[in-house]
Amino acid sequence: MNTMTRLTLKTEGDTHIVVTRHFAALPEAVYRAHTDTKLLQKWLLGPDGWTMPVCINDPRPGGKIRFEWKNDKGGGFHLTGEYLELEPYSRIVHVERMHLPDPTPDNHVETRFQPDGSGTLMTMRMTLPDAQTRAAMLATGMEGGMEASYARLETLL
Amino acid sequence: MSADFDLNASFAALADPTRRAILARLASGEATVNELAEPFDMTQPAISQHLKVLEEAGLIVQRVDGTKRPRRLAKAGIDAIDQWLAMLRKALEKNYERLDEVLAAMESNPKGRKR
Repeated sequence: MNTMTRLTLKTEGDTHIVVTRHFAALPEAVYRAHTDTKLLQKWLLGPDGWTMPVCINDPRPGGKIRFEWKNDKGGGFHLTGEYLELEPYSRIVHVERMHLPDPTPDNHVETRFQPDGSGTLMTMRMTLPDAQTRAAMLATGMEGGMEASYARLETLL
Repeated sequence: MSADFDLNASFAALADPTRRAILARLASGEATVNELAEPFDMTQPAISQHLKVLEEAGLIVQRVDGTKRPRRLAKAGIDAIDQWLAMLRKALEKNYERLDEVLAAMESNPKGRKR
């Protein structure tokens, strides 16, 4: 599928994961979609069938993040974090951890929005404490998507 | 998809997050039970039980090195890791496809900017 090729996901060094994606909108809009609570609840959902009924999101340095996801089969988990730096409309730095239900080690995430043609190139660079944590994270889920994918896959088998 | 291993056993083996993390650890090289147990707050017998499941599913293999039994990924394990990465991409792409729609709606409704 053509849209799949717009996303890149790669590991860098021992502790980084770098995701890039182009969007057909200006950096201001993409930045707002990453920081506006109501907008986040519309897209940050992982696979189909999941919703984010709780979205606590305070986009200022030190501001708290708490995202709770649920699926239609009674599954759910949450993520907590804090914003560290915000530079409208070019850069967001935050830390986050998944609760599965035990908290995963902190994931330090820097998200950049750069003008790219008539749109925006987003580069999300994650830094994990060590190589094993990164490996475990790639295996157990990022942004909830993997875990949710697996739950979904199991119901298909 | 290769047919030379039991798919059901593989998926059952992969359903557990600890086992997926063990496979991910082995993706960076061979490791002993002690090394594998280290990042998890689990006893060695508990880890050994997970290793047994992974082995029976054909995802890992062991060799004998004196008193040690280091484990490494089998071909099926490598395929499984590729599959996770593909799923991870898919989950992220799903988010960003929704974000494309959100952005398109913002564009066509510029008054929304004032919120």
